[in-house]
Amino acid sequence: MTSRRSPSGPRPPWRAFWKLVATEAKLAVRTPVVLILSVGLPVLMLIIFGFVPTFNEPLADLDGLTVLSLYAPILSVFALGFLGLVGVSMPLAGYREQGVLRRISCTPAPPSWMLGAQLVINLGVAVLALLIVNLGIKAFGVSGPKHVGGYALAIVLCVAAIFGIGLWIASFARSANVANAIGQVLFYPMMFFAGLYFPREMMPGVLRQVSDWTPLGAAVDALQTAAEGSFPSAQSLLVMAGYALVFGAIAVKQFKWE
Amino acid sequence: MPIIEVSGLRKTYGDVVAVDDVSFSVEEGEIFGILGPNGAGKTTTVECVIGLRAPDAGSIDVLGLDPRTQREQLREDVGVQLQESVLPGKLRVGEALDLYRSFYRRSADPQQLLDLLGLSGKRDAYFKNLSGGQKQRLSIALALIGDPRVAVLDELTTGLDPQARRETWGLIEGVREHGVTIILVTHFMDEAQRLCDRVALVDHGRVVALDTPEGLAERVRGGKLVRFTPSAPFNDGLLTALAEVRSLEHQGERVAVYGSGDLVNAVILTLAAAGVTALNVELGAPSLEDAFVDLVGGAEVGDEPQGASGEVRP
Repeated sequence: MTSRRSPSGPRPPWRAFWKLVATEAKLAVRTPVVLILSVGLPVLMLIIFGFVPTFNEPLADLDGLTVLSLYAPILSVFALGFLGLVGVSMPLAGYREQGVLRRISCTPAPPSWMLGAQLVINLGVAVLALLIVNLGIKAFGVSGPKHVGGYALAIVLCVAAIFGIGLWIASFARSANVANAIGQVLFYPMMFFAGLYFPREMMPGVLRQVSDWTPLGAAVDALQTAAEGSFPSAQSLLVMAGYALVFGAIAVKQFKWE
Repeated sequence: MPIIEVSGLRKTYGDVVAVDDVSFSVEEGEIFGILGPNGAGKTTTVECVIGLRAPDAGSIDVLGLDPRTQREQLREDVGVQLQESVLPGKLRVGEALDLYRSFYRRSADPQQLLDLLGLSGKRDAYFKNLSGGQKQRLSIALALIGDPRVAVLDELTTGLDPQARRETWGLIEGVREHGVTIILVTHFMDEAQRLCDRVALVDHGRVVALDTPEGLAERVRGGKLVRFTPSAPFNDGLLTALAEVRSLEHQGERVAVYGSGDLVNAVILTLAAAGVTALNVELGAPSLEDAFVDLVGGAEVGDEPQGASGEVRP
């Protein structure tokens, strides 16, 4: 009952890692709660907002911007935030709880592959979500970001920050349910400060200052600035980089594999 | 030559001594049982053997490899079935096998494994829709997918119904016939007795006995029992003088003789020489369960083997 393959390095080939990614992707599609909430909800909101006439009128208060254009970065970070806080943390915590990580530790494949696989999958969904949201908003007549480089950098840092926090949740949460709860408890306040309920431009001074120091608030600030044509502020970028470094480092340091 | 050697293994978690001093060796091709009550240190012992945990003291050699420093190589050759490890509910049986197969350089044929484990019809079934026995069999299949030389099976049949347990036992014997050496961790006496060539009885982190299941049983309270009806009265001293006999007891018309070695022949021949015939001879032996209770403690047990423990055959 044996088929011999030629021996290679001490670790399984990368092909096996991509097999894991493909398998995990199938599982994500079969239980699509995270997909629906991270991609579906922003798209739904986009469609609703897109058909609200007042959201499409340039406002003098907003330097001639429409409310809808302010929601382009907010809906983008909605997708990124949910994927990072829940999409990354929930399966990893669940796999620790179920002993899947321990089981993989018993094979030649390292359990860190599972972590890598979740990052890859959520990153893939994030790219998809950003494409849909940004193309959708364009369809409603909002022009794309004017400073593309700054916009891309802000996206990258936002992903690093929020995925870092997601990994941090995964590093200690005892079960999928706990990770989901922590993720959502963090997500909604973060989205509040990102301007989901009323855009940052309409926030009173103190709220806006707090918002500047939250990861998704800083992300929206950076994305909005880049959309309008300027390079994002150093503060907004550094805040995101800081979250990424601090939470990423804690996560790596304390991640429990069993 | 043993292919697994463990000597002086010790592992503590803070103040708790999980494994105090465990030594044993496993021969190629055997089914080696690690038997003991819950919390005896069985799982920690095998976790050290497969390199999941680093021991505090002692040495472990598995297939000439050190589990601490040569984990990568070890994992190619040692398949593991873990206690309380489940797969994602919506993973299909075939997908699980394909995925785990890709982790190994060498691999078994998934279809043959599915056939061997009676899961051929379940290839496309979700893990969550499998019965307990089927989940356990898939778990065994995953332990074998890397075509290992050694398989470590931890609490294989816990939670299975009697029918599924017996089926699983049959499968394990089939696996051994493919040349796989098996370490079986269990707290079920009947499982160890049925499957294992040798058993290490572990309690409080120590090996309290290591022998064949029969040997362990025999070690207890003399070991064997012969019960018969004598054709004529005889002097008890005739039998109690024999080296094989430890004690003798009259039970109405019947006589029960406890002892060891070739007890039956010694008793029958000696009686025959005295002109007495032993009628309706019954043989009995204490079971591994008796040995377990005796060696690991628990309830105080009598000095006599009880034929009623299911081992008396006419």
